[in-house]
Amino acid sequence: MRLTITHTTRYTFEAPVTYGLQQLRKTPKSYRAQSVINWKTTLGGGKNELSFEDFHRNTVQLISLEPDINELIIRSEGEVEMTNTHGIVGPHSGHAPLWLFLRPTPLTKTGRATRALINEISAEDPLERLHELSRLIRDRVSYEVGASELSWTAEDVMAAGKGVCQDHTHVFLTCARAMGHPARYVSGFLMMDDRDHQDATHAWAEAHLQGLGWVGFDISNGISPDMRYVRVATGLDYLEAAPVTGMRIGGASENLSVAVKVAQQ
Amino acid sequence: MQNADYFDEMWGREDSLRGPYKKFQSWFENEDPARLRSKQREAKEVFRLTGITFNVYGRSEAEERLIPFDIVPRIISGHEWQRLSRGIEQRVQAINAFLHDIYHRQEILRAGRVPAEMIAQNEAFLPQMLGVSPPSGIYTHIVGIDLVRTGDDEFYVLEDNARTPSGVSYMLENRETMLGMFPELFAKTRVRSVSNYPMQLQQSLAACAPEMATDPPTVAVLTPGSYNSAYYEHSFLANQMGVELVEGHDLRVVDGRVAMRTTQGYQPIDVLYRRVDDDFLDPLNFNPQSTLGVPGILDVYRAGRITIANAPGTGIADDKAIYSYMPDIVEFYTGEKAILKNVPTWRCSEADSLTYVLDNLADLVVKEVHGSGGYGMLIGPTASKREISDFRKKLQAKPANYIAQPTLALSTVPIFTKAGLAPRHVDLRPFVLVSPDGVRITPGGLTRVAMKKGSLVVNSSQGGGTKDTWVLED
Repeated sequence: MRLTITHTTRYTFEAPVTYGLQQLRKTPKSYRAQSVINWKTTLGGGKNELSFEDFHRNTVQLISLEPDINELIIRSEGEVEMTNTHGIVGPHSGHAPLWLFLRPTPLTKTGRATRALINEISAEDPLERLHELSRLIRDRVSYEVGASELSWTAEDVMAAGKGVCQDHTHVFLTCARAMGHPARYVSGFLMMDDRDHQDATHAWAEAHLQGLGWVGFDISNGISPDMRYVRVATGLDYLEAAPVTGMRIGGASENLSVAVKVAQQ
Repeated sequence: MQNADYFDEMWGREDSLRGPYKKFQSWFENEDPARLRSKQREAKEVFRLTGITFNVYGRSEAEERLIPFDIVPRIISGHEWQRLSRGIEQRVQAINAFLHDIYHRQEILRAGRVPAEMIAQNEAFLPQMLGVSPPSGIYTHIVGIDLVRTGDDEFYVLEDNARTPSGVSYMLENRETMLGMFPELFAKTRVRSVSNYPMQLQQSLAACAPEMATDPPTVAVLTPGSYNSAYYEHSFLANQMGVELVEGHDLRVVDGRVAMRTTQGYQPIDVLYRRVDDDFLDPLNFNPQSTLGVPGILDVYRAGRITIANAPGTGIADDKAIYSYMPDIVEFYTGEKAILKNVPTWRCSEADSLTYVLDNLADLVVKEVHGSGGYGMLIGPTASKREISDFRKKLQAKPANYIAQPTLALSTVPIFTKAGLAPRHVDLRPFVLVSPDGVRITPGGLTRVAMKKGSLVVNSSQGGGTKDTWVLED
């Protein structure tokens, strides 16, 4: 299946920006089940400085903001060929050792609520336990756009009982690691069958299981990622896999709008 | 006068003059003590005028102090030095191989020679460096290996400094001062020169430039600024090498390179000798609060467009807990036994070791795993009961934070006092440069001396002084 993707991020700044750098992680990964046919990123108000592959094998582009801009537009587009893997990503590879994915991050530290959640799991089989975890999170944290903040930790999410895909994923990562499974955050695109214009980029989790390798879990939708899921960036949490991260001087407050279009050819 | 519990480098254990000190002694005997005393004062004045001072941390006011300088040289024979050099070179090669391995395949962890949690739980380990191969494959361009001596043929490595070892400016200034004050002494004795260190440092750094560098490469020294305790050294080295001394705010990413602001606009830097710690190096990738670093420098580095010396993440090799694995590390990568000995070390993270350490606190030296400068350590034999019981609580609260070692009988070297020569304990930090052309060790290094009688703490922050260190041509 071939998907055509357009992902546009637009920042508008209240005051002119004097200096800024942004790391973009917007290029889909190429791996067994997914090959990037063509991909390009065009910038309005920004300049490409360099690109490199980070330790999660994400393609990172470093861009600088042009002086005195009030708006930055990052448009990524291309085609990706997908094959179905039924949620199995495959054996571990890359620079980062598996033990690294057991490390809690500030956003994925266990606390009372996440530990209690783990205690509720009754299944025996490791894979079943993770599916049960996914269901429990979906049950306890209702999906509500705009309900959460980017800085929320897994415990914050549990306390609020609502959030978006990023929050679901953080709770899952926290618990999966505490259960002894290496786990990582995936940011990417999901082609929802009923529409071309998707709400936003999507986030889901992957956990590593003996014998199976990396297995995907879309907690928010309660399913295993299939060929409608385009993997873009992975990391220990959102901060390592976010499509855009950076710093700037000036600009005052910013307004962000994201448009994602995923269509089957 | 001699205490047989300690090996004196001038008089040995038996009070008989050792070879390397013969010429010095015959000169000293014929010197008028009053003249030497005035020379000692003169040296102090020289250091004050040059401005070699350091700030002492942990004092209520940021106090600038002169490090005491003693005019009696510490003398090492050429033969002794040769053996030490081989050990140092082996150790530095192993450190570099270890760093490459830790940031690539981690064979040493797979082989079980170093436990993975030693790395996983270590703050000095930088995942961002995984898979990164620095230009020329070199991680530690500048290394300081702290050695202590306990006998005629007994040297121990006390600690490795693979991040940003300091003190080389004292080595150079000490020699300069001695040459100025006692030219006749150097005419009698053939002492190996150290004065070309800045040139060698410059060549060594330039030789590690990335492929895209200009010819000759542009080298610069990055300092945290004039409030840093080693600022004098940063400006001294930049000056001696004839390169720019820059601060974070002088640099930014321009056209995919790290460039410094000059009167002709931004000029790209090929090699940055940074004296800023990892955490503060890049607010975009590490501590976002840092104002000392350069946003995006790590990205430029990962794209292979600048050399950072030393590489980010080298702290994993000089951590005090990793130190205890150094004999294994040396053997694993070089296939040979370590030439230089490690001080036996108890890792308090291990239950048996902790029990032993708690039972023997009065005889041991206990150090913080991540500490430096002699802060946060306990020297059992000289500590009060109160200090020991306070430390016991700290140790029990966070055992993994500490290692313990036996109190070593550090060698002594005489210092010049009002009453004549008097033995004081010393250590030695030789300075090592690594480049594709090989490992270069400056003959000698920095000798630190505890100025207080009987004291085993040589750190300048704790009142230690320095001496000129001679390696003889023999």
